[in-house]
Amino acid sequence: MKKTFRGGTHPPEFKLTAGKKAERMPEPQVVYIPVSQHIGAAGNVIVAKGDTVKIGQPLTEPEGFVSVPVHASISGTVKNVGSYANPVGRELPTVTIEADGEDALYEGIKENHGWQEASPEQIRERVKNAGLAGMGGAAFPTHVKLSPPKDKPVDTVIINGAECEPYLTSDHRLMLERPDDLIRGAMLVARAVGAAKIIIALENNKPDAFEKLKKAATEFTLVSVEMLPVKYPQGAEKQLINALTGREVPPPPGLPMDVGCLVQNVGSCVAIYEAVRYNRPLIERYVTVTGSGVKKPVNLIAKIGTPFAELVGKAGGYRDNAAKLLMGGPMMGLAQWTDAVPVVKGTSGIVVLNKNDAKLGREQPCIGCGRCVSVCPVFLLPTNIARFSQLEMFDEAERLGASECIECGSCTYICPSKRNLVQHIRFGKASIAAARRKQLQKKTA
Amino acid sequence: METPKDTAPQPEGGEAPDKPAAPAEKRPEAAPEAAAAKPLPRRFTLSSSPHLRDVESVSRIMITVTLTLVPAALGATWVFGLRALWLILLGALAAVFTEWLIERVFGMKTTIGDASALLTGVLVSFNIPPGVPWWIPVVGSVFAIGIAKMPFGGLGWNPMNPALAGRAFLLASWPLHMTKDWLPAFWWKRGGFSFFAWRVNPQSILVDGVSFATPLEAHKTALKTVWDQANLPVNIVSQALDQLHNTGQQVVDLAVGTVGGCIGETSALLLLVGAAYLFYKNYIDWRTPFSFIGVVALGGWMFGGSELFGGDVLFHIFAGGLILGAFYMATDMVTTPITKKGHLIFGAGAGVLTILIRLVGGYPEGVSYAILLMNLLTPLIDRWTVPRRFGHDPKKAAAVAARGV
Repeated sequence: MKKTFRGGTHPPEFKLTAGKKAERMPEPQVVYIPVSQHIGAAGNVIVAKGDTVKIGQPLTEPEGFVSVPVHASISGTVKNVGSYANPVGRELPTVTIEADGEDALYEGIKENHGWQEASPEQIRERVKNAGLAGMGGAAFPTHVKLSPPKDKPVDTVIINGAECEPYLTSDHRLMLERPDDLIRGAMLVARAVGAAKIIIALENNKPDAFEKLKKAATEFTLVSVEMLPVKYPQGAEKQLINALTGREVPPPPGLPMDVGCLVQNVGSCVAIYEAVRYNRPLIERYVTVTGSGVKKPVNLIAKIGTPFAELVGKAGGYRDNAAKLLMGGPMMGLAQWTDAVPVVKGTSGIVVLNKNDAKLGREQPCIGCGRCVSVCPVFLLPTNIARFSQLEMFDEAERLGASECIECGSCTYICPSKRNLVQHIRFGKASIAAARRKQLQKKTA
Repeated sequence: METPKDTAPQPEGGEAPDKPAAPAEKRPEAAPEAAAAKPLPRRFTLSSSPHLRDVESVSRIMITVTLTLVPAALGATWVFGLRALWLILLGALAAVFTEWLIERVFGMKTTIGDASALLTGVLVSFNIPPGVPWWIPVVGSVFAIGIAKMPFGGLGWNPMNPALAGRAFLLASWPLHMTKDWLPAFWWKRGGFSFFAWRVNPQSILVDGVSFATPLEAHKTALKTVWDQANLPVNIVSQALDQLHNTGQQVVDLAVGTVGGCIGETSALLLLVGAAYLFYKNYIDWRTPFSFIGVVALGGWMFGGSELFGGDVLFHIFAGGLILGAFYMATDMVTTPITKKGHLIFGAGAGVLTILIRLVGGYPEGVSYAILLMNLLTPLIDRWTVPRRFGHDPKKAAAVAARGV
């Protein structure tokens, strides 16, 4: 039997750039490095306007455990520390650096001898100092994931190369181009958490990457490589764990470690390897620039902080009918108002849709076809939750499990009535969370 | 592209044609000088993810379902003459017009484009005998749309299948037309008629000198006779037993559709051709029709014969409106449950009610009332069959479901 999870959809794949080798972007003249690019507390800025910084030099000091620093991705002068457009949709504190052309490397970046024998503490320390946050999109600080409590041992490390979002191929290219580093990183992850098994999982639309990884993994008995059928959202953490191990992560606040699993994106794995071996911080990443709205879709290796406009320019520029700019894939990506926003740690791709692809259709009443129910990968009744959310009957929405929605968008995608189901559910979730916070405040007051 | 623009050409790739009246942009503080130098960044459409939609749409579903009924409609026309086609078209037209008129009168946006009214109209006509006067499908469709659908809010909000509600209304109001206006197969080949004949008095077309009955009517009469045999003459009882036992040829006729019955329900095979396509397109879930037909088959086998487990299963499957009901009415998306377990319960419940009405109820056929009753239970079924959520303990989830939350 094919390993998979229940539910899910099959949006068209549009992997236009699967066969294109990643090109390195020329050094940007100006980078905009948001102070917070992860889930958790932002760090304190430790540079000031006018300072000279080198490549890889930390710009912030983490504040607390769930926090990571950010680093200069080019060498140059700090032009400004202030707010700037951010892919999340509003202006956020950002360090602006203008290049000086020196390309000087920060002193801390050098090879650690005996990195293969690094202790779990050392691995976590270096990963945190390198500013690693999950590169699949959610951007959760990596060292936190590498620190499971003693009562929740992790037996299986899953390396997520599913890349189930249409259009995106950055993980695919990374797996093809750096299979050995990927496996070294995975071994370090397993070492940090004491896991006895590593599964590298990808969808079966990437057979070339599968072969490459399989070959690279031959001498590692811990590592197995698995191909899963193409289905969205195969790359969602809980669905991936379920497909590979049959385990179900409990509803929030349940975490993969509750079922003995740890999931890391393939990009994060390579970054972990570089951090542990070279103390190299996360200052660049693979980014796919693609979609019907760009002239020449490409895979790029771009410095964190490079404005989207420069990447789109590298992809031949916009087509005349470009209408929508997304960070991430079309299923869960964030629509951007302007292309002045910079590449951040979670930017797996930039998708530009043309006018026709950006059409969403008019919302019609639910006809009760039940498609959203059969595709929901967490077995909710999306249409009912959406309806209760629209009616602001949040108690009812919560009773049906609104806050367990993973917001994959499968329901909205499949709905023949073009209802914005997940959008309504998000509204319900946010309202429920706000009400909870209020209640909590009342209790503590 | 083809039409030359009378305005100055836009610079290639750079600045989007922004409206000059747009409010002043809030520039990031970080780069005021850069902003002055560079053209304004392009502006893009904003929306919350996902940014992709499936090609499937309501109108596409409704039109496809209607098209899958075309083979059965053509089959009915061949068996019952051109009159059947006219009745189908009248019903369809009346339904679409009613919806358009109501929306027009109330100043609403017209929704006839979603083709759901068209489908309802066709289904109303499929559920009436072929010998009825022209106004029967029209009245049925007007009721279906004007009473059973639009007052509840239109498509998606009607609690009952509008086509079946229309049929129930006709059956209650003009029982004679609805239960006696049968036409025998190929009546139009008889003397005095032609394929194009419109005027026909069903009561005057007799088969072998006895009043014409549909197979299910004959079956019910025979069954009643056998059950009451103590009080009846022997020859009548043995005739009834023959009727019950010799259903072989009848089943073939039923499957092909060369028997008396409602316009659209007679040819089981042609309906199944359409239904197969709906399965292929994933428009209908297998659970409803299979549990529905399964329960009817089981009930017919157990109680539909002269002795227990002596009934003819195939007869009960192919006779009457079961195929049409199970594949086209009980699978109506709006009025049936949305959960998978709900589909099973809906189908099984409709099956039990159908066999009850067929064997002991007042009507020879019970498919439409069975579905209507189950339609009304749909909200409850959906409440009882909330699926176990991902990551929840199956046992606890079952307990919660049992409480009916």
